[in-house]
Amino acid sequence: MPDAPGLELIAQELNGAAEGSVLGTYHEHGQGCLIVNPERILDVLSWLRDTPGQEYHFLSSLHGVDYLPAEPRFGVVYELLNMPRAERLRLRAALADPGASASEPDRPRTRSGGGERLPEIDSCVSLFAGAEFPEREVYDFFGIVFRGHPDMRRILMPEEYVGWPQRRDFPVGGEPVIFTRNEPEMPRWFE
Amino acid sequence: MKREKLRAHAPLEEPPAPTDLRVRQLRARDLLRGDLEGPELEQQVEESVLTTTMHKAVGWGRANSIFPATFGLACCAIEMMSIVGPRYDIARFGAENLRASPRQADLLILSGRVAVKMAPVIRRLYDQMLEPKWAISMGACSSSGGMFANYAVVQGADKFMPVDIHVPGCPPRPEALIYGINKLQRMILGNPDPGWRRRYNAYGTEEWAREATGEATPEEIEAYAAARERAASHEASRSVATRGGRG
Repeated sequence: MPDAPGLELIAQELNGAAEGSVLGTYHEHGQGCLIVNPERILDVLSWLRDTPGQEYHFLSSLHGVDYLPAEPRFGVVYELLNMPRAERLRLRAALADPGASASEPDRPRTRSGGGERLPEIDSCVSLFAGAEFPEREVYDFFGIVFRGHPDMRRILMPEEYVGWPQRRDFPVGGEPVIFTRNEPEMPRWFE
Repeated sequence: MKREKLRAHAPLEEPPAPTDLRVRQLRARDLLRGDLEGPELEQQVEESVLTTTMHKAVGWGRANSIFPATFGLACCAIEMMSIVGPRYDIARFGAENLRASPRQADLLILSGRVAVKMAPVIRRLYDQMLEPKWAISMGACSSSGGMFANYAVVQGADKFMPVDIHVPGCPPRPEALIYGINKLQRMILGNPDPGWRRRYNAYGTEEWAREATGEATPEEIEAYAAARERAASHEASRSVATRGGRG
């Protein structure tokens, strides 16, 4: 685990190697995180993997986050691990929602079939082969498209499923249950 | 001492003398040979022949040899597995033979939550089962979605397949499942349990007997009348039994 100064050093070296790739850092609870420009994510990952002295060879997890109502809305989080040193490093790429533009207010934001504009980021399957399934899972639940992924389709939900169920504006689902407290909200529910 | 007490409580009938048994055996042999005539023949037939309808006989056979499919969905399956063991022993009701193929089974126990991705699989399994077939929805999840009120779980398995018995519980105890199987046996015998309709005296409110949905067909009216009649006779026999017990 790089400490806070070590994290700053990594950020500086990265910005030297790939201009504008690291947008910020934070160090909390003994865990360091680099906030990465999503356009440069492959440069950052390959630098951290291949540079002598870094050698984060293992991508232990890749997951998506929806920070609604924050902007930019989505995050893709990469958890890197250097096994010999037992050091972990987290990268976070923030992605804006292209479907949220004000020019098309009538278009539904989720549950729309084709023509939906989805956030995109480069796939890191070329660097870490184990990222294939996690990237499909992020696509499945958050609708984040990974450019260059060999097989970009749903992994857990049925393939014909419509919508991105882990987004925060996705309806929870289920069926309304009648209790005495909410019965007035559903008049004539028994019909 | 103990045995005497038991005897006093429920006196056992004297076992038939061995000579009586021998006589009956010989008479049965004569009957099969065609040598038996007159009052002896009448007595033998009266004692040894039972008449029923084909429908009832077949129902009796089906109800007492249910073949459930080996099919577990979630944690309810653990409870379902224990009903075949010696502690609960579903063999007492003739349903201990769990088949590993839906084509050999006639009861599908939905033991657990049904994910939307699993629903078509279950439907296919159910369609592969041969008629006559029945389904028990075991537990809250497969009956209504239960605690999984979300996008991934079907809110009640009866949305995509017919279900005969719903067993409540989370998970139901094995006794509850056996009770459900007993109710299913009564259904197969053509004498379904009226359930809550008995408690609320609501006979004739079954969906098929309700006239509010439109014009009732003659068959529906007939079924409705039959249900009322059956319920009335059932109630009468029950009250007689209660009075007899008290008197």
